[in-house]
This record gives sequence, structure tokens and C-alpha cells, in this order.
Amino acid sequence: MNFLALIGRVFLGFLGAVGRLTRFAAVSVSHMLRPPYYPRQILRQFLDIGYFSLPVVALTAIFSGMVLALQSHSGFSRFQAEGAVAMVVVLSITRELGPVLAGLMVAGRIGASMAAEIGTMRVTEQVDALTTLSTNPFKYLVAPRLLAGLLMMPLLVVVADILGVFGGYIIAIGKLGFNSNSYLANTWDVMEPLDVVTGLVKAAVFGFLIALMGCYNGYHSKGGAQGVGTATTNAVVSASILILVANYFVTEIFFAH
Amino acid sequence: MSQPKIRLRDVHKRFGEKVVLDGVDLDIAPGESLVVIGGSGSGKSVLIKCIQGILRPESGSISVDGDEVVGASARTLEAVNAKIGMLFQGAALFDSLPVWENVAFGAIQSQGMNRAAAYDLAVATLAKVGLTEDVAKLWPAELSGGMQKRVGLARAVATAPEIIFFDEPTTGLDPIMADVINDLIVSCVKELGATAITITHDMASARKIADRVAMLYKGRLIWVGPIADIDKSGNDFVDQFIHGRADGPITMDLRK
Repeated sequence: MNFLALIGRVFLGFLGAVGRLTRFAAVSVSHMLRPPYYPRQILRQFLDIGYFSLPVVALTAIFSGMVLALQSHSGFSRFQAEGAVAMVVVLSITRELGPVLAGLMVAGRIGASMAAEIGTMRVTEQVDALTTLSTNPFKYLVAPRLLAGLLMMPLLVVVADILGVFGGYIIAIGKLGFNSNSYLANTWDVMEPLDVVTGLVKAAVFGFLIALMGCYNGYHSKGGAQGVGTATTNAVVSASILILVANYFVTEIFFAH
Repeated sequence: MSQPKIRLRDVHKRFGEKVVLDGVDLDIAPGESLVVIGGSGSGKSVLIKCIQGILRPESGSISVDGDEVVGASARTLEAVNAKIGMLFQGAALFDSLPVWENVAFGAIQSQGMNRAAAYDLAVATLAKVGLTEDVAKLWPAELSGGMQKRVGLARAVATAPEIIFFDEPTTGLDPIMADVINDLIVSCVKELGATAITITHDMASARKIADRVAMLYKGRLIWVGPIADIDKSGNDFVDQFIHGRADGPITMDLRK
């Protein structure tokens, strides 16, 4: 096969996939903004993402904060700069690790379950059944999930930020011999509102992307159990990659100057 | 015939290279019960999905009560689907909702009925298909195949639709349950005075339900006539199909 033709075909396929995803996102957002709304569905998704993801996100954040304190202390002690531990912990957690780790954990938990649920509904004709019952699947299935992803992820990241910093604090005080008051004062002095705001903006973007990839892959799954499995895998992998890509661009928007 | 309830003209639908509907013309009168027969993959389910606007034909015209479906806006399709109830082959009940909410789904979501009234409607409709109030609170996964079909039938008729589609209503059921479902379909359709299209391979079902039969083969309607005439259709394809013979003009693409 002609090598150039192969590259061209792959590139056109990629553009086609981007186009389909963009169109899906645009249609979904337009349905998110227009009534009718389904409060029960929205509430269910809020609980699923915001409440039931709490343990996973909390554990991830607290242990990440603890590891950060240990590692930064071990590294900075070589330069007699142990005082920077509080700064490293709070900036790393609020700007990067809080939203990114929470995003990746929620992508694994929620992105997968969205793709599996909508995918199963697709292959068992439940999505078609919605249409025949005069209910738009975008409004009933997709819009509540996107809304929940967009609004609940920032709340999860607030929790992740607090627990991540708390994890660092526990290690700094309990193991590394820092003074509690000076550690907390250091943390407050270093932290700027922009650090937290950036993390929350990232969280909203990640939440939207996780829900979008879960819904998109589930909605287009076909073939039965194997198709649903593929959709689930694709949802998690694509959401995880998009989180890391979007993380760079949001960081660049806020901190490149 | 007065204005047909559903009218199809020269409808073509293909998936890639595979032609599924190849110029289908069909009129279905108000209150008529039409059964579409044909082998697996002959395009029967696609025909119904095109009428509902779930699939869009490449060309041709489909109208419901004079409203064009092909290329219609989402609002028009929602209005058309509001007239339609459907029993899916696998029932397609919503796993995340209890039985009663499945049955009353159309009333709650499309007609804005309050949940207490919707529950009463669901229980009354379940009673019509021979299910008790106990079943209303169960989840779809707790039901047998036959019960799921009955709940699916209750959901299809709960909002008193003008048109009802039945997609292989007796497939996978034992003969007795199949006959129970057939009787329920006939009684529900008669009671509502609805126009019905049923897709089936099951000739016993077709003979019980149909006023008229249409046979689809390779995307074309090769015979349409009253059920009373099906045994003397004079069409070799129809004869082979209704008698379930391996020999005849219809050949299966099997590798020897």
C-alpha cells in the first residue's frame, strides 16, 4: 500500500473523528441550555459524580499531599531549603495535582460508568425507546451528565485541595518536625487566589471532558457486550489523554505571561 | 382508501454497500393492522425505524397523518413519535427505573403527568396486560422474558397512541406465552382503535394479528394482501416463507 495514502487516510479519519466529537459536543451543549430539563436525572448525576466520587478523590488527594511533603523535604534538604515544603505542597496540589489527579480518578470511575450505562442502553434499544417515547436522548441522558461533570468536579477539587494540603501538613508536623503554626502561616502566605481559581477552572474543563467522552463513546457503541467494553475503554483512555492535553492549555492561558 | 395513516413512497435505505430498503411503497389505513413478514436481515426493523425518524432514508417519502418524516425537524419528529407506541423485540425497558415508571414514562416525561396519577395509570395499564400491582414496584431485571414483553406492551399502549409498532413481539417466548401476547396485542389494538404495524417471522402470530400482510424480500415488498389470501397468494416466495421450507426461490447464503 502507498505509504502516503495510508498517512492521508489516517489523518482524514482523525479529522472525521474530531468533527463528529465536536458536533456531538455542540448538540449536547445546545440541549443543556434549552428546556425541558430533567431534575431527577440531573440530581442523580450530581450525586453520582459529586458525592459517590468523594472517597476515591479524598484518598488520592490526602496520600498525594503526604508523598509530596516527604519527597520535597528529602529533595530540598540537600540544599538546606526545607522551608519550601509548605509552598511546594500547596502550589502543587492547588494548581496541578488536585485537579489532575481528581480528574483522572473520576475519569476512571464516572467516565467508564457513563459509557457502560449509555452503551448498554444503546445496544439494548433503550435509547431508541426514549425517542419513541418523545424524549430526546440528548436532553435526558447527555445534558444532565455534562452539567453534573461541569459543576461537580470543581467541588470535588475543593475537597481534594483541602485534603491534599492536610496530607502534607500531617507529614510535615508528625514526621518531619515542622512547627504547626509556621507551616500553616507559610501555606497561607504562599497561596494566591489565582492558584485555587486555576485549579477550579481546570476541574470544570476536566469534568466536562470526562462526561463528554463517556457519553460520546457510550452513545456510539454498537455490537453488544464487546462494543460496550470497547466504548468503556475508549471513554477512560480518551478522557485521560484529553485531561492531560487540556491541563497544558489551561496552564498556558493562566501562567504563560 | 381515505387518507392513509402512514404512507411510504419509493423509500431507499442502505448501510454502506448493503441495500436494505429498495424502493418501498406502502399505504396503511387508519385502524388497520398490518403485519410485515420476511427473513432475518430483510429490512423489517429498518422500515419501522425509518417511519419513526430514528433512521433517515437516502431517498423517498414517509408521511404520518400527512406530516413528512424524512428530513423533518426534531420538533416534528417528537410530535410524530408522540402518536406512536412501540413494543421492542427485547422489550427495551429502562433498567434504572422500576416497572411502573417504565410504563408511565411517556405520561410523565411527555405529557407532564404528576407521579401519583402516573402510578395509578401504570397499575391500570399493567392490569390490562394481566400483571398485578406487585409487579409495578419490581425492577425490569427481576422479570422473566414473557413478563418483560408484557410490561413493554403496557408501556407501548399506556398513552393511548394512535399508532403502535410491534417488533417481533413473540420471538424468544414459549408457544403459550406467545399466544397470550398475541391476544393482548389484538385486544389492546382493538380497544384503542390504533393503527398497528407488526414485524414478525411467526406465522401463527401473523394470522392472529393481521388484517393485511406485506412480505419484504431483499428490500422490496414482493407481496401485499389480506391475511385471508396469504395461503393462495400464488407467490412462490410467500409460499416458501409461510410453510418454512428450505427449498424454494429464497436461498440462504450458507457456505457448503
